[in-house]
Amino acid sequence: MQNKSIAQLAADLRLRTYSSVELTKHYLERIKRLDPALNSFITLAEESALAAAERADQALKAGDAGPLTGIPIAHKDIFCTKGLRTSCGSRMLDNFVAPYDATVVEKLAAAGAVVLGKTNMDEFAMGSSNETSYYGPVRNPWNQDLVPGGSSGGSAAAVAARLCAAATATDTGGSIRQPAALCGITGIKPTYGRCSRWGMIAFASSLDQAGVMARSAADAAFMLDEMAGFDRRDSTSADVPVPDYVDALDDDIKGLRIGLPKEYFGEGLDPHVARAVQEAIDEYQRLGAEVVDISLPNSPLSVPVYYVVAPAECSSNLARFDGVRYGHRCDDPKDLEDLYKRSRAEGFGAEVQRRIMIGTYVLSAGYYDAYYLKAQKIRQLIADDFKRAFEQVDVIMGPTSPTTAFPLGAKMDDPVAMYLNDIYTIATNLAGLPGMSIPVAPVEGMPVGLQIIGNYFEEARLLNVAHRLQHATHWHQAAPEGFE
Amino acid sequence: MSLDASDVEKIAHLARLAIAPGQTERYAADLSNILDLVAQMDAVETAEVTPMAHPLHMAQRLRPDEPSEPNQRDLFQANAPLAESGLFLVPRVIE
Repeated sequence: MQNKSIAQLAADLRLRTYSSVELTKHYLERIKRLDPALNSFITLAEESALAAAERADQALKAGDAGPLTGIPIAHKDIFCTKGLRTSCGSRMLDNFVAPYDATVVEKLAAAGAVVLGKTNMDEFAMGSSNETSYYGPVRNPWNQDLVPGGSSGGSAAAVAARLCAAATATDTGGSIRQPAALCGITGIKPTYGRCSRWGMIAFASSLDQAGVMARSAADAAFMLDEMAGFDRRDSTSADVPVPDYVDALDDDIKGLRIGLPKEYFGEGLDPHVARAVQEAIDEYQRLGAEVVDISLPNSPLSVPVYYVVAPAECSSNLARFDGVRYGHRCDDPKDLEDLYKRSRAEGFGAEVQRRIMIGTYVLSAGYYDAYYLKAQKIRQLIADDFKRAFEQVDVIMGPTSPTTAFPLGAKMDDPVAMYLNDIYTIATNLAGLPGMSIPVAPVEGMPVGLQIIGNYFEEARLLNVAHRLQHATHWHQAAPEGFE
Repeated sequence: MSLDASDVEKIAHLARLAIAPGQTERYAADLSNILDLVAQMDAVETAEVTPMAHPLHMAQRLRPDEPSEPNQRDLFQANAPLAESGLFLVPRVIE
């Protein structure tokens, strides 16, 4: 069952080949048996999952079911779930039970999806290896000595290990695409504002976007069909019509113009990864696409710009954690300032504190113009590069990550080395564009991701382009040994 | 850009973080490395560039200033570390 697509599972549920309760129990059994080695879940929701599965079975019986009715999924632990702990991977929220559901959670519940639990993540989504989690690192199902990527490492590992049919995730600088690449699955970060941020714990509000981890573009399309759309409760939600993503999957891609930015194939890219990416691009040419060489001249500045903008927004967003209204509180505070300072120092891990301090510094008196304003100007130049590129091409392709998964602990003592993992993904967030990662030929048994970047609100085209490759090749079907 | 331990102490105070004395040197080194990375921005001429305000150039939506949510004080305070009679409790702030 765990290798079936969402469309196949939905068809089986309609034919009563098995019930949603049986399917949910199957996944829960797999999680209990296999996840201790991976640590991809922070919280299991066995009781509420089985109750949701029973309701799904009734809806299926009544003929009142959608494509996701009864399908077991998982939520990244950054989405607020009513009555179920939402930790955001932090000691700060270890005991936090949200009083409401995030819009994305609410929409998937209304679609009949069954929530198996909450997945592990880098603390407050700050990290590229899932090692900053208060709940311990996640291990890569393809090689448990290696990281799964981050920050959505739990969602990526759980989907790759077939512990859920699909999962939600978020992407601020690459947190969907990079772990999807390192775990050999399909991940999509939609356009900024496409999915509501309401109830999604904020890291950097001008960059954060919810998206999907799945085993194929078709599965991701079923999820995104339910998740996308305008939400008046999110003041930056895009009021733009949502097309049917599943309907567009099979569109012809003959004549598709693929832009290859020279900056994404230069120094720092592992030559084996480059070859695997090239092999996929060759396949696209066989499918009738044309390749155009392009340049995104300001994209090498995306990492420096990001490490001003994201920490600045994070220092402001995380000011709400004060030890008073919710979250961790230190013992025996001697005064209010001591309460704030020790609650925050005890509740946040080292990476979160580093980013809060960088953000505080760049926003402090006298430095605003040199850092934040300068970064927002270069951010505009980066967005302009993409605008020019999309006058010539339909999609942009390149590697998602410069290397395959790296060993646990390898970059934890060097924050800047860790940040450079996201060198190919961050520009997309800065510009607000949608991006995907799909698995291509592995390198020495480890997955490699092809990144596909689209123009604003062109998620349907991205999913279509990804689906056509997955229709013609079998790379996305590979399963890690022991999790088949 | 190089920060020293006293800079870290100042920033940590602004950010309301109690950094242990033994950790300031390490944070100073890490933050300096990050600011060195950020310094790559200096090479770009941006005098004529308008800073980005919104990635999609959308304006902030406004709504009438009317209550839209019911009062759920007790529910929200259930997550408070210390609350009593509908009030959040903190150390004494007025002598």
